[in-house]
Amino acid sequence: MENIMSKVAEALAERRGSDPQEITAETRFNDLALDSLDVAELVMDLEDAFNVTIDITQVDGTVGDLVRVIQEAAQ
Amino acid sequence: MNILGIGSALPEQVVSNQQLEEFLDTSDEWITSRTGITRRRVMKESELTRLALAASQRALLDAGISGQDLDMILVATTMGDYVFPSTACLIQEGLHAACPAMDLHAACAGFIYALDTADSFIKAGKAQHILVVGAEAITRLANWEDRATCVLFGDGAGAVVVGPGEGLLSVRLTARTDRDALYMLAEPGNNPFTRKPDEAPGGVRMQGQDVFRFAVSQSIEDLNQVAAQAGRTVQEMDWVLLHQANRRIIDAVRQRLKLDPARMPGNIHRTGNTSAASIPLLLDEMYRAGLLMPGQLIAMSAFGAGLVSGACVLRWGKEPPKTLTPAEDLFSPPANIKP
Repeated sequence: MENIMSKVAEALAERRGSDPQEITAETRFNDLALDSLDVAELVMDLEDAFNVTIDITQVDGTVGDLVRVIQEAAQ
Repeated sequence: MNILGIGSALPEQVVSNQQLEEFLDTSDEWITSRTGITRRRVMKESELTRLALAASQRALLDAGISGQDLDMILVATTMGDYVFPSTACLIQEGLHAACPAMDLHAACAGFIYALDTADSFIKAGKAQHILVVGAEAITRLANWEDRATCVLFGDGAGAVVVGPGEGLLSVRLTARTDRDALYMLAEPGNNPFTRKPDEAPGGVRMQGQDVFRFAVSQSIEDLNQVAAQAGRTVQEMDWVLLHQANRRIIDAVRQRLKLDPARMPGNIHRTGNTSAASIPLLLDEMYRAGLLMPGQLIAMSAFGAGLVSGACVLRWGKEPPKTLTPAEDLFSPPANIKP
């Protein structure tokens, strides 16, 4: 779980050009100023990184929610 | 197949993002950051035939042949000025040609579909000279009340004359049907015996995120495959031309394939998405600017409604034209650089 969290934080930080440390499980996607194509690219990055399929509508709520989605998909 | 001549034409009317701000709830910043588009060319009247003919005449002049020398005219277009006759027939008349003529519809991938079709006719010995045109008046199909899609499009035409040769090193066409991702309903007409469809026609409808993901992943797969078929890697190409659909797609493909931006010219910032016309328009600008040299390898990749895609590797065979036309900023900075 921590490994997934750190990779998601890194992918998000790279997309935003920010520091991964700023992103926690409680961070809300709405607060990250991502546009719809940023979200599409994030999902593509994470699908490649974890070899899973992610429903893009699940990139909602908090970063921790997405980490759980990826963990379940990876099992 | 070799490209013997090339030409293009754009409508004169320029429509800027600021002009769109006047009637749409949008902004130049919104459009530029999401698409890389700052302006586009929009037809003032139904003039696609005129544009396609102008592009064709330039391509014939460049090839040094006349309309009578053509064995076929193939026009990749979503919809011409007329439902029928085809745009290809109207061009035939304008060129005083006497050959078979037909339109081919593969949305934004149409030009590469048409190139492969032309190559097949030439390889089969059924034709020597084929005019292949990409011509689109896509702005008249857009819903100009939908700020998410109407800002994307522009009109234009590009044409090549092809003949026998070994210039087309590899090609790949794909189709993976997904209507909902990107579609436009046909006008139902007024047939009293047929019930009107539940959904009213309303211009282009697009699931932007789905199309984006398809475009990026399909383009990468196609480019890798056509480069491998040509015995090379994408990174070894002299030029990589992507369908000018959205600067964000182009940047995402470039980053994932680790390509040098200097090998990926673009004109979307001033043309918008011209669908099947975008690749021949860009290729013509590069040729006229003196960027294309004999022996150079050019990978091209396009994708669009269907969903369909087409990609190919060409070995360029023509010397630059004697009179060069400097291309206006073919290498603008990526759109997704954030402050």
